[in-house]
Amino acid sequence: MKLTNRSKVVSNKEQSLSERMYLPGIAKGMLITASHLFKRRATVKYPDELRPIAAVFRGQHILKRDENGAERCTACGLCAVACPAEAITMESAERKKGEEGLYREEKYAKTYEINMLRCIFCGLCEEACPKEAIFLTDRMVATEFEREDFIYGKDKLVEKVDKRIDVTKRQTIEVAEFKKIPGLKHNELWQGKLKK
Amino acid sequence: MKVTIDGIEIDVPKGTTILQAARMIGPEVAPPAMCYYSKLKTTGGYCRTCIVKVTQGSTANPNPMPKPVASCRTEVMDGMVVENYTNNDVLEARKGVVEFLLINHPLDCPVCDQAGECKLQDLGYENGSAKTRYEFKRREYEMIDIGDKIKLHMNRCILCYRCVKTAEQITDGRVHGVIHRGDAAEISTYIEKVIDNDFSGNVIDVCPVGALTDRTFRFKQRVWFTKPVDAHRNCDKCSGKTRVWLKGEEVVRVTARKDQWDEVEEFICNSCRYDHKKTSDWVIEGPSPIHRSSVISQNHYQNLNELKVNILKQQKALGFIPFDKKP
Repeated sequence: MKLTNRSKVVSNKEQSLSERMYLPGIAKGMLITASHLFKRRATVKYPDELRPIAAVFRGQHILKRDENGAERCTACGLCAVACPAEAITMESAERKKGEEGLYREEKYAKTYEINMLRCIFCGLCEEACPKEAIFLTDRMVATEFEREDFIYGKDKLVEKVDKRIDVTKRQTIEVAEFKKIPGLKHNELWQGKLKK
Repeated sequence: MKVTIDGIEIDVPKGTTILQAARMIGPEVAPPAMCYYSKLKTTGGYCRTCIVKVTQGSTANPNPMPKPVASCRTEVMDGMVVENYTNNDVLEARKGVVEFLLINHPLDCPVCDQAGECKLQDLGYENGSAKTRYEFKRREYEMIDIGDKIKLHMNRCILCYRCVKTAEQITDGRVHGVIHRGDAAEISTYIEKVIDNDFSGNVIDVCPVGALTDRTFRFKQRVWFTKPVDAHRNCDKCSGKTRVWLKGEEVVRVTARKDQWDEVEEFICNSCRYDHKKTSDWVIEGPSPIHRSSVISQNHYQNLNELKVNILKQQKALGFIPFDKKP
């Protein structure tokens, strides 16, 4: 059965004089090499130079904080149940008095782990999240030496208060519409912010 | 007495309500019920989700009833014809009822421990719209600790009175009732009196929403990450037959077993519910039957065979021939 048109029949025919001299063959090869000097490069100088990525690119996750710096995640577990790779685990805890600035609602995620080796970056966690807490960003997951280092805890996932990460591109029209519904408790905060 | 519900005729004894007759036929015609509880007396008539249309009162008087009736409180008559899911007016009216129930409900499902086994969630998705149109301030109460084991979240309450009836009928010396009226009505413990009856924990199981929750289970796990198994132990106070919710080796909570109408089969005592949180305390009989549509069956693969049968049925209905059956 013929698999490809590029296959060649191998022959044991004796080489001609020019073939035995090699020099014409070398010159031919050098010409091909030299011609590539004048062609467009196929690679970029990463990390100095980055290739353009799509607006919907799904990279490393982030757990967002709200306008006041409180964590949005309430450990409802919908991301974990939506995850087809079962990469997300969490433990919840109850917010104590005085922690209102740290956590937005009375329940919060005590631990929140994503196994980046399991994750397939499908974005279903983001879609399932009712609190707009988890988003996939345009950042790459860094390489590590140990497998354990790929289990990202809250230290790597929650965004820093002073170093916010922009996810507005990933907030869909549906999300924006949902935010406009008055009467929902967590939207009131957001709307109060607008009025001021 | 002969009664026809959604075109299905059934013979029932005198004194049966429409809801009970519908449940005898099966879940495909049974109206949803938030407040009616067959294990408790004088329940029903508060929530109005079970409304149906009676198109023929009886053989003697074939006139239709003028408006939808609460099926849990209306007894059947001979020759009665009832329309439930086949009547658009009923569906429309029920949608309105669901919206009214959700007016003061905080919709804090991501925080609520009941999420995943909440009847109000099911009701909202199945019979109403899952969105809210309400734009005003919802009533708000402080959380109350009823004893050290039960948490009362009055914001979530839909005033079904099931817990009150439980306190009245299952435990002695009721300390649990409803104070105020109308919009201001609230479940009260008569100035936070501790319930110390052995069967007081059953108010958690009868609550269709997350208003009464187990404090020993509070925020421990989402129900769909736990695995329910039927288990029993020798108990001198109750039957000891319970449903134990496992997470790995750990018993995260113990509840009573529930039947297909989400009603408790046998009320269990507090010692079974709160004090036996070790796997070694229990004799495990096997996994509890969980309906495939429930989120609790998510990622549990024991129902794979049932799933296969369902898929084959659907394929047959569509006239699809499976690959291995093709000539």
